[in-house]
Amino acid sequence: MGKITLQHVNKSFGEVAVIPDINLQIEDGEFVVFVGPSGCGKSTLLRLIAGLEDVTAGRIDIDGTDATHLPPARRGLAMVFQSYALYPHMTVRKNIAFPLKMAGLSEEEQEKKVQHAARILNLSNYLDRRPGQLSGGQRQRVAIGRAIVREPAAFLFDEPLSNLDAALRVTMRQEITELHQSLKTTMIYVTHDQVEAMTMADKIVVLNAGNIEQVGSPLDLYHRPANLFVAGFIGSPRMNLIEGAEAARHQAATIGIRPEHLDITEGGPWQGTVGLTEHLGSDTFLKVTLDTGELLTVRANGEVALRHGDRVALAPQQGKIHRFGPDGKALA
Amino acid sequence: MARAVSPRRKTLTTLAAWSVAFIIFFPVLWMILTSFKTEASAVASPPELLGADWTLENYAEVWQRSDYPRFFWNSVVISLGSTLLGLAVAIPAAWAMAFVPGKRTKDLLMWMLSTKMMPAVAVMIPLYLLFLKLGLIDTRFGLVIALMLMNLPIIVWMLYTYFREIPGEILEAARMDGAGLVKEILYVLTPMALPGIASTLLLNVILAWNEAFWTIILTTTKAAPLSAFIASFSAPQGLFYAKLSAASTMAIAPILILGWFSQKQLVRGLTFGAVK
Repeated sequence: MGKITLQHVNKSFGEVAVIPDINLQIEDGEFVVFVGPSGCGKSTLLRLIAGLEDVTAGRIDIDGTDATHLPPARRGLAMVFQSYALYPHMTVRKNIAFPLKMAGLSEEEQEKKVQHAARILNLSNYLDRRPGQLSGGQRQRVAIGRAIVREPAAFLFDEPLSNLDAALRVTMRQEITELHQSLKTTMIYVTHDQVEAMTMADKIVVLNAGNIEQVGSPLDLYHRPANLFVAGFIGSPRMNLIEGAEAARHQAATIGIRPEHLDITEGGPWQGTVGLTEHLGSDTFLKVTLDTGELLTVRANGEVALRHGDRVALAPQQGKIHRFGPDGKALA
Repeated sequence: MARAVSPRRKTLTTLAAWSVAFIIFFPVLWMILTSFKTEASAVASPPELLGADWTLENYAEVWQRSDYPRFFWNSVVISLGSTLLGLAVAIPAAWAMAFVPGKRTKDLLMWMLSTKMMPAVAVMIPLYLLFLKLGLIDTRFGLVIALMLMNLPIIVWMLYTYFREIPGEILEAARMDGAGLVKEILYVLTPMALPGIASTLLLNVILAWNEAFWTIILTTTKAAPLSAFIASFSAPQGLFYAKLSAASTMAIAPILILGWFSQKQLVRGLTFGAVK
């Protein structure tokens, strides 16, 4: 079981309200990603759930029990830290067995569980090494192993991949997703990387300045952003936002169109000049300055033979324009 | 980044370093040499070196005249006892200051350190009277308490500095793994800070071993350590330099040997965290 409910959770450091008021429900077995820019309160929210920070007000329930004032050890949660937080003076075996030792399990039981976790995480050959003798990816696996053996109600991940290089990040991302599929345990994952959020999550919670901007599935957020913040944050490259007369023509204060939903086509309604072009092989990103002054990003499939200074006409795909009101909220 | 140093500059620097080291060590060397001279040779003017009369008699006489093993044992108990007790008190205190600092933690640390700047003689009478009332005069237990209190600010400061180098996330991980405060300190913090704790222990053993002011004031015979043993050789009949030197050499020899063998650990501990 791993159902977590947050009711009117509030956290202030002195006068500063980092998390003004949050209500959130995380279902058992869900993979939930907290995403948002630096300083949005996502790590603080995770630490509140973990019990590493005390809530200023509000209530946190874990599996129907009030855990608001329980110490971290009694919440039945396991956490994987950004810096791995391995015990450098202990071997991998002792690191993984540490929570079991704290729980008072016999040495035989500890060894059995350590061996099981090591098999799952391909660490069997490294059990007698110290963390300092392992690579970044192996260290992260040890940190995950230490979390797995506890058989927690939920796993908490605090930006666990940000210290790894790009290639290893992709591999570990897949490994964590597979682990979730095999364990079927609730996972809460904090990241500022929206690609990680989109690829791993069942449910994404977008945070901004301590408030939840939107909760939904990755594709929900991509196709139906609730407001300008989510529209700009989810998707890479980010959504093009246009104000002024063109937006007014669509009865909106701002309209948004994703770079992949713009076609380069003769006779398109938006004319402009190509600026920077980025060739990725599979795609080409073009920066186009419209005659009306707006700068748009266009994502074209494959290679496009357009150069700096070329004239283009762009057409938004049918039904792909997002409309936002003066308050930034999406219009129906 | 390492800078290129010319051989001439290197020789000059080495020479300067050896000269300073020799000047610092000279009084100790002179004391050791004097301890092997006759009393007449020891006070000869100009000082004798090559032509001096060398003898081991001073050591034999000092050994016969006093109960060296008892003084030595008192020194061991007092210096080790006060340091271990100090560590037991200071580890939780430094943990609190390093990992859950309050608004006034820095002020508290400064205040603790400032007590070391107070002249010891200022609290001599009140402390003596307090010890007298509590029946702690001339007891090893009394000296352990007194020296522990004297050195506690240094122990806390040193441990605080080492603990601050330990990432807080590791302790949080221990908390998540089910460790309470005691287990967190015992299984995670202490082993990780072991180099720092070891050098704190060594330095404080040395400080306590060398402490003379309080040990002479608060003891008479039973609990007197080696510092009082040296003082006992400054007789009213006059100073017997050769015997006094022999007694002093016997008193500092154990700590000199300890310092020699632990110098790597001491330097490592004292420069811990200075360079990332």
